[in-house]
Amino acid sequence: MTRKIQLECLRYNPETDAEPVYRTYEVPFTDDMSVLQGLQYIKDHLDGSLTFRWSCRMAICGSCGAMLNGEPSLSCENFLRDYYPGPLRVEPLNNFPIMRDLAIDQSDFLRKLESVKPWLMPAADPGKEPHRQTPAQLADYYQYSQCINCLLCYAACPQYGLNESFTGPAALALLHRYNADSRDGGAGERMKLVNAEEGVWGCTLVSYCSEVCPKGVDPARAVNQNKVNSTKDYFLRFLAR
Amino acid sequence: MIKTYRRPVTGAWWQHNPFYRWYMLRELSCVFITAYALILLVGLYRLTQGAQAFEGWTAALGAPVALAFHAVALVLVIYHSWTWFKVMPKTLPFVPVPDRGIVALGVSATLIASVVLWILVL
Repeated sequence: MTRKIQLECLRYNPETDAEPVYRTYEVPFTDDMSVLQGLQYIKDHLDGSLTFRWSCRMAICGSCGAMLNGEPSLSCENFLRDYYPGPLRVEPLNNFPIMRDLAIDQSDFLRKLESVKPWLMPAADPGKEPHRQTPAQLADYYQYSQCINCLLCYAACPQYGLNESFTGPAALALLHRYNADSRDGGAGERMKLVNAEEGVWGCTLVSYCSEVCPKGVDPARAVNQNKVNSTKDYFLRFLAR
Repeated sequence: MIKTYRRPVTGAWWQHNPFYRWYMLRELSCVFITAYALILLVGLYRLTQGAQAFEGWTAALGAPVALAFHAVALVLVIYHSWTWFKVMPKTLPFVPVPDRGIVALGVSATLIASVVLWILVL
């Protein structure tokens, strides 16, 4: 059965617009259509100029994040039927500069991601042997390694919205993913970032980041575990003097 | 340089999402908890000034405004404690107990401590 729903998309063209405006489109949909497919319908049949990012259509690539009725969501894993009778408001992710329509500028996040050194810095050379890990050691970091960099957590974080220098949920979760890995020896280098003003102490435990994560990552947990680590680090350095 | 548009964050950012509203209530509850602690400190100070001063303080606590304030503060303290027990598992290193178990343990400990204190005071 085909029904119709109105999609109110925030539109912004940097070449002609001083600020964004909402445009409403009436989209026919079937029960199996995602919001992303609704946006694709608009682009194919109603307005070819609508700009949005997407790739995998199955919550793996992390490209299609948007604010759906004010909630940070992946548009590929939410269905139009759940917003019926509508209207459904589709906006670019909060807290990021808008490049065009629903596409945001992620440069700030990419800089932060690089700053946490999200790669293994081996603690010891395992030689020719595989670097073995027990299931318990894997469990220490596994959920954090599921992050797809979709930035829903940044759109959910009011602290990042109010102060852009805050390193933010995903970057800190990925920092913890490597620090908590038994094979890694880079915690000392990453600790400077954890302790910094823009590190974990910028978090006030709103915890909405963990709520909106489509992959079950718990950034609030990573950040708050590192508040404990940062405190320990401070006192140990204090005692070492 | 790409031209971008940054939507301003207004003072009303928390009003449109229930999650943020509950968060702001948690933050607001601190004001009431601080006021409650200050009133309690005043009581201690009055105690040092002698029996009459202390009785004056306890009489003031019986005023309808004081009762209303303490009723509101009690509700907010309960809510505030609940939110902190809820985030307690996030601050702990990995323990083989599900999050809900840790929360239940914290809440139970508070209930038991409150009942014991209640009995001691009575």
